[in-house]
Amino acid sequence: MAEELTWKDLEVGNIITEAGNASFRKTGDWRTERPVLDKEKCIKCALCWIYCPDAAIKPSEEGYYEADLYYCKGCGICASVCPAGAITMIAEEEK
Amino acid sequence: MATKAVKFGEKLVTTKEFLAEGHSFCIGCGEALAIRLAMKALGENVIMAMATGCDEVTTTPLPYTSWRVPWMHTLFENTAAEISGIEAGLKILVKKGRMPERDIICVAMGGDGATSDIGIQSLSGAFERGHDFLYICLDNEAYMNTGIQRSSATPYGASTTTAPAGKFSMGQITRKKNIAAIAAAHDIPYIATACPSYHLDLMEKVRKGAEIKGPAYVHILSPCPTGWRYKSDLAITIGQLAVQTGIFPLYEIEYGRYRLNADPPELKPIEEYLKLQGRYRHLTGKQIERIQEMVNEDYAKLKEKVAAFPL
Amino acid sequence: MSCGSYNDDSGGGKMSRRVALEASHAVAEAVRMADVDVTAAYPITPQTHIPERLAEMVADGELNAAYIPVESEHSAMSTCLGAAAVGARTFTATAGQGLELMHEVVYVASSMRYPVVMAVCNRALSAPLSVWGDHSDAMAVRDTGWIQVFCQNGQEAFDLTLWAFRVGEDPKVLFPVMVHLDGFTLSHVTEPVILPEQSEVERFLPRFQYPFALNPDKPMTHGAFGPPEIYSETKLAQEVAFRNSKGVILRGWKEFGDIFGRSYHPVEEYKTENAETLLLTMGAYTETAKIVIDDRRNKGESIGLISLRLWRPFPFEEFRRAVKGAQLIIVFDRCISFGLGGPVFSEIRSALYDEEPRPKVVGIIGGLGGRDMSEEDFDYVINRGREIAEKGSDRMLETVGIR
Repeated sequence: MAEELTWKDLEVGNIITEAGNASFRKTGDWRTERPVLDKEKCIKCALCWIYCPDAAIKPSEEGYYEADLYYCKGCGICASVCPAGAITMIAEEEK
Repeated sequence: MATKAVKFGEKLVTTKEFLAEGHSFCIGCGEALAIRLAMKALGENVIMAMATGCDEVTTTPLPYTSWRVPWMHTLFENTAAEISGIEAGLKILVKKGRMPERDIICVAMGGDGATSDIGIQSLSGAFERGHDFLYICLDNEAYMNTGIQRSSATPYGASTTTAPAGKFSMGQITRKKNIAAIAAAHDIPYIATACPSYHLDLMEKVRKGAEIKGPAYVHILSPCPTGWRYKSDLAITIGQLAVQTGIFPLYEIEYGRYRLNADPPELKPIEEYLKLQGRYRHLTGKQIERIQEMVNEDYAKLKEKVAAFPL
Repeated sequence: MSCGSYNDDSGGGKMSRRVALEASHAVAEAVRMADVDVTAAYPITPQTHIPERLAEMVADGELNAAYIPVESEHSAMSTCLGAAAVGARTFTATAGQGLELMHEVVYVASSMRYPVVMAVCNRALSAPLSVWGDHSDAMAVRDTGWIQVFCQNGQEAFDLTLWAFRVGEDPKVLFPVMVHLDGFTLSHVTEPVILPEQSEVERFLPRFQYPFALNPDKPMTHGAFGPPEIYSETKLAQEVAFRNSKGVILRGWKEFGDIFGRSYHPVEEYKTENAETLLLTMGAYTETAKIVIDDRRNKGESIGLISLRLWRPFPFEEFRRAVKGAQLIIVFDRCISFGLGGPVFSEIRSALYDEEPRPKVVGIIGGLGGRDMSEEDFDYVINRGREIAEKGSDRMLETVGIR
């Protein structure tokens, strides 16, 4: 974490040499709702995958596309664009 | 086995994410999506310069970065000047034999503030000098990062924190500055408007802009749930309505000739677009009528240009 | 007027030549010999002869560089940063208002550690508009974290520009360097300048190898933003590295002396042996002051002259050593820092505050907006300086040549 770094730990010019090192950040903690996929209805069109602003939907086995809950912020765009109504947003507290 | 690409009809879209997951764009941010799509069209052989704004602060809090491509940020109004230096630097190093020749796309990205207001001078300079670069404007129609203040790209009638709707004010009273037209006035080879709701069209335009020699400008409408005040799941719907009502037409200008990418036989009434957004909530019927008039006027003007200089 | 400003007049290599060059053109010549890759500059009086000469050199194939005719100074510095970020050797020049316009980018250049070299033809700041010389533009960028030197003559304009690349680009430094030339009084005067051979320059100045060049093969992020949890650490790191650049600054001058035969030091001590009184000046007017010092010493006066060549990082060590034994230092400033007085004066006082014994320090301001300083004016400065030291001053501000 930033708070643990001293002035000596910084690279010259504060340049960050490790690409994409912010990907440890668990934005899934932001959610109040999360998407649930009904595989029966899913037509594997990948629109949910392409329209996710957080790249939190990933291709899974058998060609489905599922939310990576580590990152998913629960915006609901995937549910709103799904042409087959296969995604439902449920409250995060629900199990 | 990790999927390398996803097929959309004839198109293959890479599954690589050049903007890493875990960024802190708002929930449902249209701009984050626009950038994600643009990066997929650009690939990894890029050098990016980015302006201060939403894009920069959500992706690079020292010591972390969400970027998986070479990326540079200095200030707010100088991104086009910065990319000019990157482009010219690369060219001369190759010319002097200090770097092997290779295809590196020079891309500059900035919000509507960085592009249309504080950065218009450096943008104009870079266009005029003819550097080989692509400038992408992420237009969320206000200075969103600093708190939803008005920009010259804020549309007529929208409420922002510095042009708010009030007892004696209807919000923005000026018309949205047509930056694409300003770019066109510089006679650059390629200009396009795009919207993340039309993802393949957006990616195609970014790819074209990247490949063409000389300056290219792609203006992407970026729906913003926080500033436009709509539910977080509506970015795609709102983007579609923006195009279908004609308030944000999709077109290209290649070497001065126009192509209208989507020309519905009848435009949807603008009210359908406005009513979904809290920033327009205060508008009276008369004001909405006026907006409809303006949309019709602007659309007609565009169609005249398309007719006069068809691609 | 260039004799006596460097300690070894051996004149360099066998093929070096002595030519008459306008100082601006001497700077351009150094840029050419340094084989700069990118130059982006916006014309502003009195700097214009530098970008004009560079454009000519590029047009005639004498300089193989990208000449970018940017549309403002803010863009000039921004473009240089972009070029430096991909590993190009970059140069720009400006003056007065131009330096002010690019101010935020100047600060960024140091914070992001890009070794851009910039010549500044010191010009008075508006308002009222003035194209003529003084140090107000330089004083406004004191805190920006650039290595800064002041030139006295055309030879120094050439030498220090060349040296600037060597120091700024050194992997242990990576800081931008500003070379100050008094506007018109130096920038536009033609003087004899000894130009070295290209092979000597190549021995002195290695190729620029920027370790963090933007490249798709190794994607890096330049310019992340600094939340409160980390900003302070970045500034401390910058200051530590900036102070540590002193080692390379001195080494650069030593190497310069070894190869070209002219040695430079952070503080020039001109006839200061056993001097009770020292006059302190910076820049081209120093040479006029030296004539007055020579004159007075010939008459038996115990007086000498100190000139700060290195302005930033402030040469505390060399300065304190140089003034040891003096009883009075008279500082001549070419700038008013409003509400404070002479900026150099206040820094000199501060630098000597802890010294035991502490000399008296007085300050007099003149030479603003192109106002010349004659030998008589420097006579006045010295006499009045002594008067103030003895009897104090009841004036709000001590000035010379201002009605």
